[in-house]
Amino acid sequence: MQQKITIAGEARSPLAEPDVPLSVPVGDAVKTTTCYMCACRCGIKVHLKDGRVRYIEGNRDHPVNRGVICGKGAAGIMQHYAPSRLRAPLLRVGPRGSGEYKEIGWEEALGIATGWLSRIRATDPKKLAFFTGRDQSQSLTGWWAMQFGTPNFAAHGGFCSVNMAAAGLYSFGGSFWEFGEPDWEHAKYFIMFGVAEDHASNPIKIGLGKLKARGAKVVVVNPVRTGYGAIADEWVGIRPGTDGLLVGALIHELLTAQKIDLDYLVRYTNAAALVIDSPGSADHGLLARGEKGEVLIKDRRTGAFVGIDAPDLSPVLQGEVILADGRKARPAFELLVRRFMAPEHAPEAAAERTGIAADQIRRIAAELARAAFDQPVVLDQPWTDWHGKRHDKLVGRPVAFHAMRGISAHANGFQTCRMLHILQMLLGAIETPGSFRVKPPYPKSIPPRIKPRGKAADVKPGTPLPGPQLGFVTGPDDLLVEPDGTPSRIDKAFSWDAPIAAHGLMHMVITNAAKGDPYPVDTLFMYMANMSWNSSMNVPAVIEHLTAKDEATGEYKIPRIIYSDAYFSEMVPYADLILPDTTYLERWDCISLLDRPISDADGPADAIRHPVVQPDRDVRGFQDVLIDLGWRVGLQAFTKPDGSRKFPGGYPDYIVNHERGPGVGPLAGWRGKDGEAFGKGEPNPKQLERYIANGGFHHHELAPDQRYMKFANRSYMEWAHAKGFLESTDRLVMQLYCEPLQRFRLAAEGHSAVTPPETHRDRIKTYFDPLPFWYEPFEEKAIDLNQFPMHAITQRPMHMYHSWGSQNAWLRQITAANRLYVSRGKAAELKIADDDWVWITSHQGRVKAQVKLMEGVNAETVWTWNAIGKRSGTWGLDKEAPEATRGFLLNHLIGELLPEREGGYRFSNADPITGQAAWYDLRVRIEKAEAEPAGTSPRFEPLTPPKGVGRGGR
Amino acid sequence: MTALPLATEKKLGLVIDLDTCVGCQACVTSCKEWNNGGYSAPLSDEQPYGADPHGAWLNRVHSYEAGEGAKGRTVHFPRSCLHCETPACVTVCPTGASYKRGEDGIVLVNPDTCIGCKLCSWACPYGAREYDYTDGIMKKCTLCVDRIYNETLSPEDRQPACVKACPTGARHFGDLGDKESAVSKLVAMRGGYDLLPEMGYKPTNKYLPPRPRKADALVGGTTPAETIPATDGSPAERLFAWVDRVLSA
Repeated sequence: MQQKITIAGEARSPLAEPDVPLSVPVGDAVKTTTCYMCACRCGIKVHLKDGRVRYIEGNRDHPVNRGVICGKGAAGIMQHYAPSRLRAPLLRVGPRGSGEYKEIGWEEALGIATGWLSRIRATDPKKLAFFTGRDQSQSLTGWWAMQFGTPNFAAHGGFCSVNMAAAGLYSFGGSFWEFGEPDWEHAKYFIMFGVAEDHASNPIKIGLGKLKARGAKVVVVNPVRTGYGAIADEWVGIRPGTDGLLVGALIHELLTAQKIDLDYLVRYTNAAALVIDSPGSADHGLLARGEKGEVLIKDRRTGAFVGIDAPDLSPVLQGEVILADGRKARPAFELLVRRFMAPEHAPEAAAERTGIAADQIRRIAAELARAAFDQPVVLDQPWTDWHGKRHDKLVGRPVAFHAMRGISAHANGFQTCRMLHILQMLLGAIETPGSFRVKPPYPKSIPPRIKPRGKAADVKPGTPLPGPQLGFVTGPDDLLVEPDGTPSRIDKAFSWDAPIAAHGLMHMVITNAAKGDPYPVDTLFMYMANMSWNSSMNVPAVIEHLTAKDEATGEYKIPRIIYSDAYFSEMVPYADLILPDTTYLERWDCISLLDRPISDADGPADAIRHPVVQPDRDVRGFQDVLIDLGWRVGLQAFTKPDGSRKFPGGYPDYIVNHERGPGVGPLAGWRGKDGEAFGKGEPNPKQLERYIANGGFHHHELAPDQRYMKFANRSYMEWAHAKGFLESTDRLVMQLYCEPLQRFRLAAEGHSAVTPPETHRDRIKTYFDPLPFWYEPFEEKAIDLNQFPMHAITQRPMHMYHSWGSQNAWLRQITAANRLYVSRGKAAELKIADDDWVWITSHQGRVKAQVKLMEGVNAETVWTWNAIGKRSGTWGLDKEAPEATRGFLLNHLIGELLPEREGGYRFSNADPITGQAAWYDLRVRIEKAEAEPAGTSPRFEPLTPPKGVGRGGR
Repeated sequence: MTALPLATEKKLGLVIDLDTCVGCQACVTSCKEWNNGGYSAPLSDEQPYGADPHGAWLNRVHSYEAGEGAKGRTVHFPRSCLHCETPACVTVCPTGASYKRGEDGIVLVNPDTCIGCKLCSWACPYGAREYDYTDGIMKKCTLCVDRIYNETLSPEDRQPACVKACPTGARHFGDLGDKESAVSKLVAMRGGYDLLPEMGYKPTNKYLPPRPRKADALVGGTTPAETIPATDGSPAERLFAWVDRVLSA
C-alpha cells in the first residue's frame, strides 16, 4: 500500500520502502533429530544451508517438546561450531595436567586402548573402571561393561538424582521426572519441591503454561525464588535439607483432619499389610505372609487372614493382630499414623527448622485437602481393574507433585522422597486423573526385578559378568560384598556403605581408585564427565588423586586413564589417551526403552539421533568407538563366530540388529521384517529409515482405558506384559511400608547370613526405616554450626540447564560469571554490601566470590549458578575470560568424604541408603574479603589446549 | 527527520505474558539464531570467546525483583522493539533508513541507507535498538518479517521465532489493530498494558500483568483439621474411629 505522508517540509520519507525479501527459504535441507544440549531430549528440526547449520527449531510433532525449544537448545549452532571441539585422538606425552599431547591417528589410539583393555580382561576384569557420565546410551555402555566382565560400571546418576529414582522405584515402581510426570491437563493444585531450574526443561515449562492458563494454583518449595518460583502463586522459601519436616507436617495435618483417601490406600497400597511385632526376632518388622508368600491382611468382617490381592478388601487398619501361628502384628497404616501424628510432626514443630510458619503449613495442607477431596476430577472413561471389575469412570485427586535435586542431593534425600510419595498415596494422587502419572514402560515391579552382579565370584578373566552391574537389592544377600565384608565394587555401591546404590557412586571412583580402597584399578575409562572440575566434589583433592604417584614405582596411582569428550574440558589434560567424540549433530544415538526413554504418561516413546552434518575433524562417535573396541578386545557379543566384527556398520548397525532378548532391541518402533511390530519383533533392516521419516522418534499411544491406574489396570497390564515391560499381569501394590529396608536392619541386628561390619551397624539400624522419617543431614551433624551457620547451594540457569556447554558463544553473553546471591537482610547483618567480594568458607576450604544481594532467598542460605566457573585455558576461552577470573565453583568446598569418625572410617558424603552425593548439605560462613585484587580465588594453573583447539582471546 | 504513515492497515505486534515468563531465554536465543541468518544477518558477536563477550541481540530478558521478602516478586521481563505507532526512532532518522511499514506497522531499518549514527537508539526510550559493531549499522526486531510472510514455511510456522520457541506460551503474535483478533481479546481479558504510555509513542506490543496470586485464599479460615470435634482420645484415636466408621459404612 502507498503510504500517506503527512509531515511536510524537511521530512525525509522512505518514499519507496526497500524491497524486503519475505520468502527466502530457510535453507536447502531440513533434517529432524534429537537435541542433546541437555538431558531433556527434545525433537529438533535442523535447517542446513550450503552444508552448514542455519537454524534449529523445535519439532512440533515431538512428544517431549511439541514444537517449542529452550534458550539452550536454540543456541545449539554455537555448540556445534564451538572452537573448543577436540580435533583428533590425543596421547599424553608430558605429565598429567601439563597439556603436552601428541596428536595420533585412530588406528594407533584404538591399538593403545586395545592393549590396555585386553591385558586387564585376560587377567582381572575388575581392574577396569568404566564410568560414563552424562551418557544417554547406558543400555549399550552397560551391556559393553557386562560383556567385558567388570563390576565397575555406572553413569552419573549417583551424583544426580538416585535418591529420587530409588525412592520412587521402591515405593510405586516409577519416579519423578524420568519415569513420571504431573497430569498437566487436569491438575488443580501443583507443588514443586527443589527443582533448581532443572529436570525437565521444556515439559515443565509447557506444563506450567497450561496450569497457569487454567488457573491452577502453583506452589514452589525452594530456598530460592528464581525462574519457576517467580511465576508461582506461592513461594515457600524453605531451609535446605528440611523438606522432610515440611512434608511430615503436611501428613500430620491431613491425618488430623481425616482427609485421606482411605479407599485408595486399602485398594492400591500395602497400608493394610500386617507388620510382625516381635522385637529382637529375625522376623520383626517384616510383613506377615501366607503359604504362597502372599502378603496378608486381616478381614474386619470375617476375622480371616487373606491375601492383599483379594477383591473388595475390608481390612483391619488398627490394633494388635494375633496371627494364626500366635505371632503379634500391627497394620502398616497404624504404624504410619502413630509416627506422623506424634507431636514432633506438628506444623509448630516443623516451623523453626524449616523456616516456614506453622499457619502457612496448615493452610497448604488445607488447600491440598480441598483440591483433592472437594474438587475431584471425574473422567467419563471406563476401565477394568485387576480383578476384572469394570469401573464406569476414572475419579482422580487433582493434586500433582514434582520434585528434583532439592530433595535428592541431601543425605536424607531417599527418606524425604519416600515421605513425599507417601503423602501422594494418602491423597490418592498417583496415577489418578489430575495427579501424578507414570510413564510407560513404568511402573515396573516395586522395585524392578533386576539384581546387581559383580561379587568376586562373578568376575572371571576373559568372561562376561553373569548379569548387569546395576540393579535393585531387596535384602543383604543381594549386596555386592565379599565374605569378609569388603565392597566388591570400586565405588562401594551395593556395599554396606550404600546398599541401595541403584545408580552407582561415580563421585567416589577417583578417590577410591587413588587410595586403593577397596582395591586399585589399572585403567579408568570415562565418557562425558568433567570429573576434574564441576562433576566432582572437592576438586583440589580429585586433581591430586588424578596426578598422585606411587612413590615406590613412580607410576601414577591410577595408572591409565582413557577419556572421551567432544570438547576441551577440564578433564582432558588429566587423561592419558583421549578419544574425541562428535557433536550431537554429527552422531548416531539411541534413546532406548531399555534405559532412559522419552516416554510420556500416555505412552512409551523412544528416539534416535542421526548425523545431520558430517564431522570436519578426525573424530568418532563414542558408541562407534566402543563397539569397535569391543571387537578388538575380543568380546563375544561384538564378534561373529568367524572372528569378524558383529556390527561392521558400527552403532547404527548395533541399534538395528542387536537383540537383548528374542525380538527385543534398542528401538521398540517398527520392528519385524515388515516394520509393523511394536515392542517385540525381529530386526527390521529399514528401522532407522522409518525413524528418520517419522522425525527421529516413535511414540506408541496407549488406548484410552489404559492411561490411568496403570499399576492395577488389567488392560494396561496385559498390554505391558505382552510387550515385556512387566514380568506378569499381577497388579503392583504400592509400598507405603518398604519391607526391603527392614531386612537390612535385621541384618544389622545379626539376623542374616550377611551382616554389616561393626562400623556400619548403628547407621543401618537408624536409617533403614521402612517408614520414612526426617533426620539431620550428616554434614551439619558433624561440624560446628556456629562456625558454618549458613547453607550454600547451586542452581542451573535455564539457558545453561544441565551444566555442560556453558562455553557457548551466545549463552556466555548472557552469563559469563556467577555471583554469590545473599539475602539482603542477612547481608546487612553481616555488613556486606552489593558487589562486595567475600570469602565463602566450609570445613573443606574457602572460595572468593562477588556478592549480589536479593530478596527472594531463604535468609540462612546463599546460592550461585552452577558450572559457570571454568579453569583458565579450557573450553576454547581466553585465559582471562570472566568464567575463569570471576566465575567460581562451590564444588571446591564440598567434601566427598565425611569427617573421620571413631574407628577412623570415613563414609562418603552421601545418603546412607543410596550413596547419592549430598552436595546440597554444604554449610558455610561468609566474610567480607579484601576488595583487591578483585577476582575469584582459588585460581588453578591455566591448562594448555591441544594444537588447533580454541581461539581464545580472538 | 523521517516521516511516518498516518495509519497502518494492520498493527502487527507481540503480547507478552509476565504471568508465565520464567526467564528461560528461549525467545532470546531463538531470535538470535533466526536473525543471525535472516534479514538482519549478521547479528555480530564481539569477543565471543574472549574476556568481554558481547554482541547484537534484538531481544533480551531482564530479571529483577520487586517488593520485599516473601511478599516480593521476581519478574522476568522480555524486551524488544514495541513497533510503536509514532516511534521517535523513525522520526529522528536522518537518512530515512528507519521506517514504519504502511501495511502492517512493522518498524524496520533499511540496511542500505543506515549510517549507524545511533540517533535512533538515543531516541528510543525502550532501549530496543542495537548497534552492530561489525556491520556498523543499527539492528532491531523485525517481528521476523522474513518468517511471518514466508511462503516457504508452513502456515503454522509463519510467526516470529521467539513466539514459536516460547516453552511456557508467554508470547503471542497477531494484529492488535483488529479488535476481534485473538491477541486483542487476550489484551482485553487480561488487562494488557503499554510500557511508558506517558512517552506518547503508542507502543503496539502489549504486556500482560501477573495474575493475582492465589496464595491467601484460606488465610484466616478454618482448616479441615480444626473442624474435627475434640472428643475423647488423641487425634490418632479419633482418626482410627473415623477409619472404622468409613470402612463399616
